[in-house]
Amino acid sequence: MISYGQHEFPGKLFVVEGTDGSGKSTQLALLHQWLKASGFPVFYSEWNSSPLVKDTTKRAKKRHLFTPTTFSLIHATDFADRTERDIIPPLKAGAIVLADRYIYTAFARDVARGCDRAWVRELYRFAVKPTVAFFFRAPLDVAIERIVSGRPELKFYEAGLDMDWTDEPEESFKIFQGRILAEYDRMVDEFGLTMIDATRSIERQQREVRRIIKQHLMEEAAIMA
Amino acid sequence: MKHLTFYGTALPDVEPEPYNGKLIVIEGPDGVGRSTQIGLLRSWLEARGHAVLDTGMTRSELAGRGIKEAKLGHTLGRLTMHLYYATDFADRLENQMLPALRAGFIVLTDRYIYSAMARAVVRGADPDWMRAIYGIALVPDAVFYLRIQSAAELAERIVVSGRGFDFWESGMDMYLGEDYYDSFIEYQTQMLSEFDKMTAEYGFHLIDASRPLPRVATDLRRAVGRAITRRTIRQGGASTRSESTNEQAQIEQARVRSHESREGKGAGQV
Repeated sequence: MISYGQHEFPGKLFVVEGTDGSGKSTQLALLHQWLKASGFPVFYSEWNSSPLVKDTTKRAKKRHLFTPTTFSLIHATDFADRTERDIIPPLKAGAIVLADRYIYTAFARDVARGCDRAWVRELYRFAVKPTVAFFFRAPLDVAIERIVSGRPELKFYEAGLDMDWTDEPEESFKIFQGRILAEYDRMVDEFGLTMIDATRSIERQQREVRRIIKQHLMEEAAIMA
Repeated sequence: MKHLTFYGTALPDVEPEPYNGKLIVIEGPDGVGRSTQIGLLRSWLEARGHAVLDTGMTRSELAGRGIKEAKLGHTLGRLTMHLYYATDFADRLENQMLPALRAGFIVLTDRYIYSAMARAVVRGADPDWMRAIYGIALVPDAVFYLRIQSAAELAERIVVSGRGFDFWESGMDMYLGEDYYDSFIEYQTQMLSEFDKMTAEYGFHLIDASRPLPRVATDLRRAVGRAITRRTIRQGGASTRSESTNEQAQIEQARVRSHESREGKGAGQV
């Protein structure tokens, strides 16, 4: 089995990470458009999307079947399927793979739920190390405001209500997001995440992201306008 | 098992109550007769007044159906399969085994982490990776390994039973042979060798399963009877996650093993 950091493929893997409401999916969509328009073979892959696992996760969320450990394991299973199907083959084919959320999402959420930090990292040892992992960092109040105002109701696991911190969804969500953000912050150095200030305008963030990606597509960059 | 001992990183959030039940594992290869033996054991234990819970792979509420469906298709990758099984195991550990142990049940489990790890390792997974993931598993009170001499013996049983060769039990996903029979022999030979490697590491009690079913059942009964009346030797702190406890657990496991070998080999060997 090949471990994290040991994979070598001709393609490039760029991932976006950050708390809910950090604006990372918007940034990734813009990136996708730009790379496609520039003529690159691009493959897009998102969190929680394995056709083999999706139904199990959906059903378990509805019936509240998860504990922190099984929540962690089913997401690792889903991610394994994505790795085997959506990530490694396109990278071998020399494509640019864009991933909306990656292993750092699991590290942040699962540890926020009480899973052991080292155990969760070991669980994902099979993952491919990204070329660049962008961390869109928004202060807690900004991110929470974006989510709470734009959504009719917070979901059970999304709000961390399974943890019994409080019965109040919004309060629980704040506690949960706070713990997640703290985990992201400690991963910046551990995994060399590239931090992007998500309080700035969408355009400025996108310019910065594109500038960084260009550096990694050196030869190809010549073709780009 | 008054106190819980884990193989590695303990499950988070385990209730720190006393666990008065016993966790008994029946391991062995495909077709060796585990489920028949478990059925007999269960009746015997219940007749003696013990409450019994039996469980086994893919019987979790969470992941059982998903695994079965995934195995019917042709898109299930190896890593995905290993982790799906780990999810199934964790769900059963937390929602079936631990509550039953807390309630004083005898938990009979048809296979445990050892089969799951052997399957994964035979398919190229890193053994250390598997051990780290399954560190969340409880160290059972006893593991009885129904051992058979050769894969050919298993194949014969499968044919005689009339159920025929199964795709996964024959390792057909690994392209090991021309047909189901060849592939079965090669795959099961590799599995038997993995089990043999784990025997010392995990202190399996060997039961010679090449003999006729009633004799195996008699041995198993005697060995299980001894395991459930045995005074709990382990005295590790309840579900603590510190490294010193892991180390202590290992020492205590070793002590349990040497204690039993003084009693005359593994409890199951006659």
